[in-house]
Amino acid sequence: MAFVSSDMPVTQTLSARAVKILIAGGFGVGKTTMVGSVSEIRPLRTEEMISELSSGVDDMSGIEDKTTTTVALDFGRITINPDLILYLFGTPGQERFWFMWDELAYEALGAVVLADTRRLESCFAAVDFFERRKIPFIIAVNCFDNTPVYESDEVGEALGIDKAIPTVMCDVRTRDSSKLVLVTLLEYLISLTMPATASAKESSPTQ
Amino acid sequence: MKVENEFWFDEDAGPLVRPYAVARGRTRPTRHDLEMTTLVVAVSADRHVDVDREYAHIIKMSRRPLSVAEVSATLNLPLAVVKVLLSDLIDWGLIIFRSPPRTSDVPRTELLQAVLDGIRKL
Repeated sequence: MAFVSSDMPVTQTLSARAVKILIAGGFGVGKTTMVGSVSEIRPLRTEEMISELSSGVDDMSGIEDKTTTTVALDFGRITINPDLILYLFGTPGQERFWFMWDELAYEALGAVVLADTRRLESCFAAVDFFERRKIPFIIAVNCFDNTPVYESDEVGEALGIDKAIPTVMCDVRTRDSSKLVLVTLLEYLISLTMPATASAKESSPTQ
Repeated sequence: MKVENEFWFDEDAGPLVRPYAVARGRTRPTRHDLEMTTLVVAVSADRHVDVDREYAHIIKMSRRPLSVAEVSATLNLPLAVVKVLLSDLIDWGLIIFRSPPRTSDVPRTELLQAVLDGIRKL
């Protein structure tokens, strides 16, 4: 049984709660950079051992053993107010394995899929993951120097995602740009909680 | 504060101490409701308690609410191990915890709006 020493107020409670947002995308697209640019702490790294029976994983057919690997996450923290802390989790590499990490996606408010238009296909897996888990996400196109600049609707179309999903251009090295990405995500998440807004804002005025 | 000095291994010693040895081989926490973003805080960080060093280190670092992920990152131990250690501390009444809000039990829009306001203020 737990022991409780007499000098301790038993009624002490913890009023703060934490929420999380995931930052996903292909390798080297700037996930940890984005986490670092808005976090109040230097990004930290945590890891988990993920094991999965590989039967049932489509691209590993022929391997029946249980596979275990260490999956790392870089994360940052934003204290919203004394009672609410936001954690941003970036998913560095090892994509195939973090897809098996149920807890990662569990109760996430939403996600940002960072895309690089030079290799758009590198974020397909993340888009697919969030669609399947029904986690709302937006696309943020990290505009590297000399990146071909596309209109956001062209990117959305190339990814084959729902037109209602916002796509924003950004440079995650700057705090303001990363902030804007998060603001866009939150506004989108709020719009999803309002009934009937999804169909009302069908078309954007840009041509 | 000399927390680092008190901790008995450093990064270089990593391979010598297999992470799960710290948790005495246990990989499943006694409490299954600890998540990466569960917050923990020491009930009394200043009180001396007779516990192993990893536990003492956790108590010291959690004077203010910290997530399980932050404890894991600071101790350089996998989440599964940290959850075991935290479960012990919770059982002993030295740490309290709070789970993240569930989709079902909080007004979603209010929560999202609070997060949005906070980000705008950064």
